[in-house]
Amino acid sequence: MKRKSAYQTLFILLLWAPPLAFVAIFFFYPLAAVLRVAGEAAFVSSTHSFMWRDVLRPLGFTVWQAALSTALTLLIGLPGAYVFARYTFAGKTMLRILTTLPFILPTVVVAAAFNALLGPRGWVNLLLMGIFKLETPPLTLVNTLGAILLAHIFYNTTIVLRLVGGAWSQLDERLERAARSLGASSWRAFWEVTLPLLRPAILSATLLVFLFDFTSFGVILLLGGARYTTLEVEIYIQTMHMLNLPLAGLLSSVQLFCTLALMLLYSRVHGSQTVELMPRTRGEGERKPSTWRQRLLVGGTIALLFVLLISPLAALVARSFVRLEAARGERSEVRRGLTLVYYRELFINRRASLFYVPPVEAARNSLVYASLTTGISLGLGCAAAYALTRRLRLNRWLDSVLMLPLGASAVTLGLGFILVFNRPPLDVRTFPLLLPFAHSLVALPFVVRTLQPALVSIPEVLRQAAAVLGASPWRVWCEVELPIIGRALLVAAVFAFTISMGEFGATSFLARPEYPTLPVAIYRYLSQPGALNYGQALAMATLLMAVCGAGILVMEKSSAQ
Amino acid sequence: MKTKILFLFLISIFLLTACGGQPTEMTAIPPVTATEAVPTPQAGQQEELLVITHDSFSVSEWVAKEFETANNAKLTFLKSGDTGSALNRVILSKENPQADVFYGVDNTFLSRALEADIFEPYASPMLELIPAEFQLDGLMRALPVDYGDVCINYDKAYFAEKGIALPQSLQSLTDPVYQGLLVVQNPATSSPGLAFLLATVAEFGDPDFLEYWKALRANDVVVVNDWETAYYTNFSGSSGKGSQPLVVSYATSPVAEVVFAEQELKESPTGSIVAPNTCFRQIEFVGILKGTQKRALAEKFVDFMLGLTFQQDVPLQMFVYPVNREASMPEAFVKHAQIPEQPAVLSVEEIGQKREEWIKAWTEVVLK
Repeated sequence: MKRKSAYQTLFILLLWAPPLAFVAIFFFYPLAAVLRVAGEAAFVSSTHSFMWRDVLRPLGFTVWQAALSTALTLLIGLPGAYVFARYTFAGKTMLRILTTLPFILPTVVVAAAFNALLGPRGWVNLLLMGIFKLETPPLTLVNTLGAILLAHIFYNTTIVLRLVGGAWSQLDERLERAARSLGASSWRAFWEVTLPLLRPAILSATLLVFLFDFTSFGVILLLGGARYTTLEVEIYIQTMHMLNLPLAGLLSSVQLFCTLALMLLYSRVHGSQTVELMPRTRGEGERKPSTWRQRLLVGGTIALLFVLLISPLAALVARSFVRLEAARGERSEVRRGLTLVYYRELFINRRASLFYVPPVEAARNSLVYASLTTGISLGLGCAAAYALTRRLRLNRWLDSVLMLPLGASAVTLGLGFILVFNRPPLDVRTFPLLLPFAHSLVALPFVVRTLQPALVSIPEVLRQAAAVLGASPWRVWCEVELPIIGRALLVAAVFAFTISMGEFGATSFLARPEYPTLPVAIYRYLSQPGALNYGQALAMATLLMAVCGAGILVMEKSSAQ
Repeated sequence: MKTKILFLFLISIFLLTACGGQPTEMTAIPPVTATEAVPTPQAGQQEELLVITHDSFSVSEWVAKEFETANNAKLTFLKSGDTGSALNRVILSKENPQADVFYGVDNTFLSRALEADIFEPYASPMLELIPAEFQLDGLMRALPVDYGDVCINYDKAYFAEKGIALPQSLQSLTDPVYQGLLVVQNPATSSPGLAFLLATVAEFGDPDFLEYWKALRANDVVVVNDWETAYYTNFSGSSGKGSQPLVVSYATSPVAEVVFAEQELKESPTGSIVAPNTCFRQIEFVGILKGTQKRALAEKFVDFMLGLTFQQDVPLQMFVYPVNREASMPEAFVKHAQIPEQPAVLSVEEIGQKREEWIKAWTEVVLK
């Protein structure tokens, strides 16, 4: 091993400085304020009593549903990743973008989408009732554990597809072929060659999916119904409704502690030994499915993704064009009249309300926030990911620290922002960058987890060769490392962008009233009764998907060369 | 080449964020929007009034403009989640008040606001026009603005088709005829859910209301966490076309169904059950926040909210009723609204003392 100079250590620490400073100011500072207030409240009042059961019960369910959801998501996502990495087929880019879209949808809209598809009067139930002449809808999904699991698969499969699929497409296929020619069965070649090489990407994806399921809020609250409660939901109830801050603070601490423990476990399993891989040209290992078995595999996987990820989206879009009001009272069938009225109404401020949101403006606000988030989190994430490729004893801890925001509840963080950022220049009410900052806190772990596996797999000899030829570290980064991680960079950018487009929790706290985002506008429509409000919310959600899809397409195309 | 450009972009962003100030990025912020009052040349004297409120708050543009022009002021509304969330935000930031005025605390949470001592008293002259039954705070820290009733809504077509009689009391909901037909909200997460729980407490008393809920549970009552899910996913009378024809909502929801109908409707597809003691009346209050530097303007705004212009705007913007007895109702309300004559009543003090306890007990009985 090469001896490490003090100069190098200093360089790594300098790289760490911006992301750590960012997390310290915008995460730990507000968090500390919330915990302090919670601690004071516990000291002052003895009226709020609670038992360990109040912590253990939600904790148990949280871990259980997260583990189950993660396992199922991997089960669906891994074959999908393989198909995306190794095969070409018509509409591949389209499918890749469509499978990303669930990630941006606010939970209220997802609940509406699942309802339009699988609800008691959803299209699946209507179809089944029609075919089998049933009196009552055969499927009940809403308010079951099944709904929670299905929604988690719907939301998070894209993480596996993007992360593992990206790494898989970079894998040198000759390694597997070499194993085959040495007599290994295709299964053994996969198990002993491909899988170990994919391990970093799979671990990263598993960690992110698990953390997202672990801190899941909207899905549990809206689709799981009142019987299921997780730590995150309990924190929300205790903070926002019961004003029981001591319990909320305790629950927050437990959730953060679990995240930290998980991160440390992850970096232990992940280990420091990684395999270096010669970078391949993009698309090298991809081919058309030729044999009967391959066609079945590709076709089957695509069909599965369609059913699980795309059909709810399709139901949502379809519903925003369909008039249902005329069919009220005629309960046996749903009459389908196509209409554009919901879209037209979006552009009319019928009640002359001060809070009317012109859709174009909401779309622009969302895009501006999302672009800022992408820029901020990519900049900070690159520095952190690069620092992580260098050997430093502290790295494991610093990495974990960076991941912690994923384990914090949006409610706690939003409250923290209000407690500490209340005077100029950092004032929640006036400083417009606080929202992209909050979004970046969530996006940053994604960026780091996406870039790091790509960066560590770059063979050291390439860097050394460039250095021997006289390139400065800076130039090595620009001309060797950056082009190799281009694909990973795109994936990271897409994640950062979509996280910001769809985020609602922190947004509802921090969005300045004059710059509402698309999700904020959707909630405004859904909070009042009436067919027009419902239709407009779905139309606005369709708009959100279109805007976000276009954004991803631009990113994909611009990095294609 | 492309990667190089992308990289340069990244580096510039990186440098910008590393510097911390981001002066150049500020240019990327959208310009002033149309809903915001454009500062006039004499903006020097224009005062800004910050009003913190809940997400359901709404007002007509011209009404807000009228206040702004008359007082050379600019109104900024900070929306902060539902009723409970907005109140807790105000309480937790009371050392550094976020706004001058807080509108939206209701009688189910009023005691918490008064205990936390967030309001400055203000004896508005407009209170003369408001019936005493709405003035729940004798010290005039919280002044009533509007009221609405949380009632059970029903799907007219369902009951007509099945030929089932409508339930006429809370007790009748435990009848097997209505098995699995009612959807309610979790009182721990939803404001109408809490109001309905309070209606049952008022009707059956403490602790007998728990027996009632046990019976409701045995009769397959469906519980969801929020009004949106209850109304749009579970309720069969809404556009979501769910499977429960009875839902806890507002007495004015049927009016909203007509106002927001996609095609003109002669009659609302839903109705409210307004039988005695089945509804719970929510009264919403406004107050001037302690520590405001703009007391005079805040007083003017409170007066304005209690005045006729704002009061008559309230029904169609928020689907609640004005408290000012001189305010007249819009036509849609006259035609389609049902007002319960005898809503359930609980004192603010009792709610304040027992609210959390009741919710906890309810959770144990209904959810566990």
